[in-house]
Amino acid sequence: MFRFPTPPASEITPKTQWSRRRLLLAAGALTLPSFTRASPNDTAQPLPYRRNPAWDPDDKPTPFDAVSSYNNFYEFGPDKDSPKANAQSLRISPWTVTVDGEIARPQTFDIDEIIRWGLEERIYRLRCVEGWSAVIPWLGLPMSELIRRVQPTSKAKYVVFTSLADPAQMPRVRLPVLDWPYTEALRIDEAANPLTLLAVGMYGNRLPRQNGAPIRLVVPWKYGFKSAKSIVRIHFAEQAPRTTWNKAAPHEYGFYANVNPDVAHRRWSQESERRLGEFRKRPTLPFNGYAEQVAHLYAGMDLRRNY
Amino acid sequence: MHQKIITTARALVFFASTLPLAWLAWLAASDALGANPVETVQRYTGLWTLNFLLLTLSASPLRAITSQHWLLRLRRMLGLFTFTYACLHLLSFVGFDHDFSAQAIARDILKRPFISIGFAAFALLVPLALTSNAWAVRRLGGKRWQELHRSIYLIAILACLHFLWLSKITEIAQPLAYAVLTGLLLWWRVQNRKQRAIPAPRTTQVQAVKFFRKRPD
Repeated sequence: MFRFPTPPASEITPKTQWSRRRLLLAAGALTLPSFTRASPNDTAQPLPYRRNPAWDPDDKPTPFDAVSSYNNFYEFGPDKDSPKANAQSLRISPWTVTVDGEIARPQTFDIDEIIRWGLEERIYRLRCVEGWSAVIPWLGLPMSELIRRVQPTSKAKYVVFTSLADPAQMPRVRLPVLDWPYTEALRIDEAANPLTLLAVGMYGNRLPRQNGAPIRLVVPWKYGFKSAKSIVRIHFAEQAPRTTWNKAAPHEYGFYANVNPDVAHRRWSQESERRLGEFRKRPTLPFNGYAEQVAHLYAGMDLRRNY
Repeated sequence: MHQKIITTARALVFFASTLPLAWLAWLAASDALGANPVETVQRYTGLWTLNFLLLTLSASPLRAITSQHWLLRLRRMLGLFTFTYACLHLLSFVGFDHDFSAQAIARDILKRPFISIGFAAFALLVPLALTSNAWAVRRLGGKRWQELHRSIYLIAILACLHFLWLSKITEIAQPLAYAVLTGLLLWWRVQNRKQRAIPAPRTTQVQAVKFFRKRPD
């Protein structure tokens, strides 16, 4: 007669480990489609992530359709609908990000390697310098995680982000409307602030191309143009660099570009903003509502002069 | 026969001029104004104000070039449609941007140059719309009426400045194109005036000019 063998006690898996194994399998099932089945150039792929509700705003996220069909990405055209219309042929795989400058370990990272460091979902407000705003659930990793891995030297005072500028894929780069490639920068303490995010996805999936795939910066207390898209290089520098919009119109776009209702743009007021999908304007908050987290970075500075 | 052409043309132009508004209403009704509907409405009504302004300014040159004098009789209607779209444009600013708050509107007009200019252009349009009837022409007298209505040239320049000023360097092509077209229409008027200022020759007969005192061999 057959009897189920009774394993010795030493061979029985503890329940905690068994359930962890279940969890890993489930996680594997979640991540498998994104790495094997679909083409790596398909952005409608879910990414594995852990939800981080620490900075959730009171408002509901803006619908995905609005966020992915209305934005600026001048490499693909001047209008709000040009990025979605013209960015779809951008090759986002393979993609590498070169990290160099004043760091102990200069290196080039593959985008999939960065994704494997572990992602979290954070819901942030986004305020454009033009006066519109949105609430977006990003998937990404804190910029501080990258900083930790590359070990900046004591000379590193600024972090410079450079976007792709490939005339074959981005027709507008041939026109001298801006000084290409698109370059943005943060002070290193701004970059290391826990809020600063390197985003690779939004709304649970990989970033759509028009929103800066495959990797972009998200600095929620600054006007949107500071958050460079489709980043190919992150450079740690000792000197403050000239940034793209600052070069194009220095009186309108300062280096800091912190959201500030008290400092008007040269041509329009920044006191209020229009949330995408809404008709009436709402008041704009200092540091876009993140004053508690970032105001200390600017202690003692005249924010009217350092706009 | 002639009157019939004018009546038909007027009816057609009137119908065509309402189409942009109908299209906007259709977009609004089918929820197709995009992610930022207010901005869409503001841009759309602003652009169509400019389009009608340019059409109004084109009536005279077109008549002169084609000798179709009835074209001039469409001008008043085009002018009034310019005013209609300008009213909608202003209304979208007053309503959507400022909730009809007079204080907020006044502050914006005083503080923001591109809004000041746009508002000035609108303010100058109002007397033109009010005097666009036959009674006003009689009352003012043709010459004064014409002088008053020449302010449309200033309005066109202000409208172009308003558009240029609010645009970013990356989207300057469109306002620049409108400025060039406006410039051409105004330049034609300057040339036309210069030409008319040259007195006509007394005689139409051309006489031979003699270059030599003596007859050459």
